[in-house]
Amino acid sequence: MRIYFELALRAFRQLFAYQAAMLAGIFTNSVFGVMLSAVYLALFDSHSDGTSVEGFSARETVTYVWIGQALIAPVMIWGWWEIIKTIRTGAIVTDMLKPLSFFGFWLSRDLGRAVGHLLLRGVPTLIIGALFYDLVYPGTPGRWIAFLVSIPFAVIVSFCFRFMMNLWGFWVLDHRGIAGIATVIVGVASGHLLPIAWYPDALRDVFNMLPFRAIVMLPVEIWLGQAGIVEGLGLQVFWILVMTAAAHWLQSVAERKVVVQGG
Amino acid sequence: MDGPMIEARNLEKRFTVRRHREGAFGAMRSLVDRGGNEVSAVKDVSFSINRGEMVGYIGPNGAGKSTTIKMLTGILVPSSGEATVAGFTPRESRKQLAQQIGVVFGQRTQLWWDLALADSLELLRHMYRVPEKRFRENLNRARELLVLDDFMHTPVRQLSLGQRMRGDLAAALLHDPKILYLDEPTIGLDIVAKARIREFLAALNRETHVTVLLTTHDLADIEQLCRRIIVIDRGQVVYDGELGALRNRFGGKRHVILDFDQDPGDAISTLAGNNLEIVDHNGPRVRVAFDRETTSTPRVLALASHHGTVRDVSIEEPAIEDVIRQMYEGPDSQHP
Ligand SMILES: Nc1ncnc2c1ncn2[C@@H]1O[C@H](COP(=O)(O)OP(=O)(O)O)[C@@H](O)[C@H]1O
Ligand SMILES: [Mg+2]
Repeated sequence: MRIYFELALRAFRQLFAYQAAMLAGIFTNSVFGVMLSAVYLALFDSHSDGTSVEGFSARETVTYVWIGQALIAPVMIWGWWEIIKTIRTGAIVTDMLKPLSFFGFWLSRDLGRAVGHLLLRGVPTLIIGALFYDLVYPGTPGRWIAFLVSIPFAVIVSFCFRFMMNLWGFWVLDHRGIAGIATVIVGVASGHLLPIAWYPDALRDVFNMLPFRAIVMLPVEIWLGQAGIVEGLGLQVFWILVMTAAAHWLQSVAERKVVVQGG
Repeated sequence: MDGPMIEARNLEKRFTVRRHREGAFGAMRSLVDRGGNEVSAVKDVSFSINRGEMVGYIGPNGAGKSTTIKMLTGILVPSSGEATVAGFTPRESRKQLAQQIGVVFGQRTQLWWDLALADSLELLRHMYRVPEKRFRENLNRARELLVLDDFMHTPVRQLSLGQRMRGDLAAALLHDPKILYLDEPTIGLDIVAKARIREFLAALNRETHVTVLLTTHDLADIEQLCRRIIVIDRGQVVYDGELGALRNRFGGKRHVILDFDQDPGDAISTLAGNNLEIVDHNGPRVRVAFDRETTSTPRVLALASHHGTVRDVSIEEPAIEDVIRQMYEGPDSQHP
């Protein structure tokens, strides 16, 4: 087990070398946070005072926006094709020569990366949001802790999905087709684009049955108190179990037909 | 362990080469389409290598050497045939086998680009669960013989090719593997770096009896390190035996350079015909080529003495490159 910790630690440390990228990321996330907050506040203003839309007040909506922006980097919801890259370059050859779980090898590094991104990008972005907007905060220490726990859970679910999308590369050498579709699905069904509650009933029911809501929506609901701590974390754990099982299954199928590029 | 360390039995690997599809629809269709042409990278390869042997695995580009090695590590599953390596079936026990083998692919690195060499090695120590004491010993030996100290703390991406290769060799040996696969470990290296790596491998094999399967384009590597070679061409073994015997069998001509005390003149041309030919005649120096099965060097000397006093003689073995080229092209080879 030690090796997985060592891998995570190095992935974490590695991020500190890219300070300019971190600052640029915080800047981008904050600009989007400001723009989206402005849009929602304007929309809410045009309603009469004190309205809430499908359970979200104006303050809660702005809080949702900033949590969403802060989570972008840690849960890495946009394209992550590191494994496909190694398939293409052939570097996967040396990774597969190691006496490690392939899944564990990548997951531990992703968790290390996620912790780094949380500290270097997520927290600063959220602080900027808190400085300029009147956010809602988890009322109790228990909720703060539950929220903190929900982030690694969200990362694991997100990782499993990204891992499986990458394994597709064992069959398909060009991943652009999958990439486009995957990005849309995660962006919408995770609740990143809009709170899932805001979608039309049919769509909302579908999204509520998919694992993606564990990536963005559940942490937000735990923070805002819309989801019970046990229910929220429990649902994430459920999806972790399902998704890791699926990832392992796909990995075993992929391994059986391993075709690595020449060299 | 009884029996051979590495055994390949009728290994075959076919690849499906996909048709490339253009445009957006092409990308969509490639999601589901699995059609394509089959190519045989390895057709039928069998051999058996005992503990402590150091075997050269050679053949032209695309012959199937790397593909064979990948099957012997378990990262590629054979289309047919079986392998047994250190008592494991690679396809079934890739992870356990990984603990028993060290692999160096000359064109890749198993080190981490962003980490310093020392840190990469430290990470590998955890990966292979090498006991601290053993790790120190192996690291010290590698540092000494491969002269790693100058760049132990340099990030791998900044290492020269030769330094990286030495780092990779050290990495492959940290966990005391029983078997070392080396796929073009000297590719792109300068003469000094090559020599250092050869010396290291020779010493290692002497001391630890590690079994080595070595692929290379530089036949000097083979001549200095391997008694036995396996030659593969288009996915099939065309020779398996001693390097010396290969010369005899596929001959190539032996060259004798005769230095007369004075120019023997045109008369020397009458030498030709006695199963030998005159390759070059330049003043007192005459180069003669003959087939070692029909003529011997003393006989050449005897014949030459009719044409003057031979002051000096030197014999050139056929270059191994020529022998092997002749094997691919010559009448003995197994393809048209
Ligand atoms: N993943 C692959 N897909 C398709 N063809 C491959 C693949 N890997 C290797 N080949 C083909 O198999 C043949 C043997 O390759 P390789 O084993 O790398 O040769 P060598 O190492 O002897 O140069 C080559 O013709 C190569 O193009
Ligand atoms: Mg090769």
